[in-house]
Amino acid sequence: MLRSQSPRVVAGRAVLVAGMLMLAVAPWVFGLGTISVLTEFLTMLVLALMWNLLAGYADVVTVGQHAFVGIGAYAFYGFAALAQIRPPAAILLAGLVALALALPAMAIVFRLRAMYLAIGTWVVAELFMLVAGKLSAFGGGSGVSLPLPVLRALGARPAERFIVVYWLALVLAATAFFSTWLLLRSRVGIGLMAMRDNEEGAGAVGVDLVRARMLCFLWTAPFLGLAGAIATLQKLRISPAASFSIIDYTVFVIFNVVIGGVGSLEGPVLGTILFFVLREYLSDFGTWHLMLLGALSIAVILIEPRGLWGLIRRRLARDLVPVSHHGSRL
Amino acid sequence: MAAAIADQAIQGVLLGGLYCMFALGLSLTVGVLRFVNIAHGDLIVLLSFLTLAVCTGLGIHPLLSLVLVVPLSCALFYALQRLLLQRVTGQNPLLVLLITFGIAIIIQNGLLQGFGADTRKLPGGALETATWQVAPGLYVGILPLLTLLTAIVMVWLLDLLLYRSRLGARIRAASDDVAAANLIGLPTPRIFAAAMAVVGATAAVAACFMGLQMNFDPASGPSRLLIAFEAVVLGGLGSLWGTLAGGIVLGVAQSIGGEFDAAWQAIAGHAAFLLIFLLRPQGFFPKY
Repeated sequence: MLRSQSPRVVAGRAVLVAGMLMLAVAPWVFGLGTISVLTEFLTMLVLALMWNLLAGYADVVTVGQHAFVGIGAYAFYGFAALAQIRPPAAILLAGLVALALALPAMAIVFRLRAMYLAIGTWVVAELFMLVAGKLSAFGGGSGVSLPLPVLRALGARPAERFIVVYWLALVLAATAFFSTWLLLRSRVGIGLMAMRDNEEGAGAVGVDLVRARMLCFLWTAPFLGLAGAIATLQKLRISPAASFSIIDYTVFVIFNVVIGGVGSLEGPVLGTILFFVLREYLSDFGTWHLMLLGALSIAVILIEPRGLWGLIRRRLARDLVPVSHHGSRL
Repeated sequence: MAAAIADQAIQGVLLGGLYCMFALGLSLTVGVLRFVNIAHGDLIVLLSFLTLAVCTGLGIHPLLSLVLVVPLSCALFYALQRLLLQRVTGQNPLLVLLITFGIAIIIQNGLLQGFGADTRKLPGGALETATWQVAPGLYVGILPLLTLLTAIVMVWLLDLLLYRSRLGARIRAASDDVAAANLIGLPTPRIFAAAMAVVGATAAVAACFMGLQMNFDPASGPSRLLIAFEAVVLGGLGSLWGTLAGGIVLGVAQSIGGEFDAAWQAIAGHAAFLLIFLLRPQGFFPKY
C-alpha cells in the first residue's frame, strides 16, 4: 500500500465517486432534457463496457454488437406489447432472450478466428435484422410504436416515465460496471489478463482461453439485450433499421472505447463522456461528426493503442478502478 | 417450374461472377497480407463514384475509363498500405481491423458529404440491355456473362501472378515469414504495398462492373464487404479459385431467394453462408 497515497490517484477517484453521486441524485437536480441525455449516456456506457470486455480483455473484437441490442428491443416489445407482461418483467425477459440467442450465435462465430470472427458477428447481426424485418407481428420492415398501455404501466405522465426509465438505465449501468469489474478481478479475469500478456505462459499454467472467451461473450449478451429494451423505452418504437442500428450501437461504441481507451475500465467511461460532449457541439455537422470520430480513432490507435486513458495512466501510479491485483502486492 | 429454377440458377451463377470480383481483392488481402479489410466494400464504392466522375467528366464508356481508374486505384491502395496500414502490421491483427473500420466510416460519410445519398448507376449504354438467346425462352444478359468471364480471367491472372512471377514469389515469401524475408534483404513494406496495389486493381474492375449492373450509394459498402467476406470464407482462406466458387454459391442462393423479394434475397445469401460454413468451416478449397 506504498503508493496508494498518490494525490493524482486520490483526485481521480474523487472525480469518479463525485460523478457516481451526481448520477444518483440527478432526477432531483436536472431538468427532463438533461435526464433524457443522461439516460442515453448510461445506455451507451453499458454497450461500451461490454465491447471493452470482449475487445480489451477477451481478445474478441465484434462488429455485430447491435444484434443483441436489437434482439432485446424486439423481445421487449414481444413481451410487453404482444404478451402484455408488465414492463419490468418484460425487460428482464428481453435480457434472457438475448442470452438464449447468443448461444447459437456463439456456436457459429466462435468457429472463426480473431478478425474473421469480427466479420462473422456482423453477418449474424445482419441476418437477425433481416429476419426481424420479416416478423409481421412486430411491424415488418417499417416497425411499430410501443402501445400506450405499456407506457402507462411505467408512469401516468411523460415526466414520470422519463424518471423511471432513467432509474432503470442507472441500475443497469451500475450493475454492468460493478459486475464486470468483479468478473475481471475473478479467476476468469486474471486468466484473461495473463493470456493477454503471454499466451503460451498462461496456457501452460492452465488458463482455459476458449472457455473464458465464451463466458465473456455470453456475459455481454443479456446486458446488451437489457440496454436494447431500455433504449426502446426511450425511443418508444421498434424497427429493424433503428433497433439494430449498426451506427448507434456498434460504430459509435467502438469509436468511444478505442478513443477512450480499450483494455481498462476507465477508458470506456472516459470515451463515452467525450462522445456526448463532442456530440453536443458536432451533431449538427452530421457526416463530419462521424468522419472526425473515425479519424480520431485511427490517430489514437497509431499513437497510443490504449487510448486517451492510456496517455493519462502513464502519469498515474495506479488504476482508478483497479482490475489487476498488483496493487495489493506492494 | 423446372425451367424457372434453371433460369434462376443460371442468373445466380452469373451474379456469382460479380460477387467473385468483389471478393478477389479481399481474398488476396486475407491470404497474403493476413488481415481483413473492413473498408474493402467502401473502397469499391468509392471507386465506383470515381469511375462515375471520370466517365461523365470525359464522356467515355465506364469500361474505357478503367484505363485511368485502375492505375489511380493501384496508387491509392499502395499509399494506404505504405503510409497507414504498414504502421500496425506485425502487431495485434485486431489493430489493423480497427483502423480499416475507421477508414470505412470516413469513406462512407465522405461520399455522403460529397455526392449525397442518391443511388447511382454507371451509364453502360447498349451493353446494359444486350441479351443472348441461349435456348428458346432462355436469355442471358451479355453484361452479366462478360462479368463472369472477366472474373474467371482475373482469377487466372492473379494465380499466374502469385505462383509464376517474380513479384508473386516475393509476395509469398514476405507473407510466409516476414523476418526471414527481411533477413535475405527483401523490402517487405514495399512488397506488401505492391500486393495491396494488385488488390486495388481488382477493386477498380469490380467497382466498374458493379456500377454497371447494380445501383450504388454511399451506404452500399458494408453489404459488399459481407458478400466478399462470405465468398472468401466459403471458398477457403487464401484460395482464389475457391473464392470464385464461393461467389457463385452465394449468387445462386441469393438468386433463388430473390424469387420472393429483396429481403429474402439477402436472407438466403447469409443463411446459405452460415449453413455451409457450419458444415464445412474450412471452406471448399482450404490453403491453410
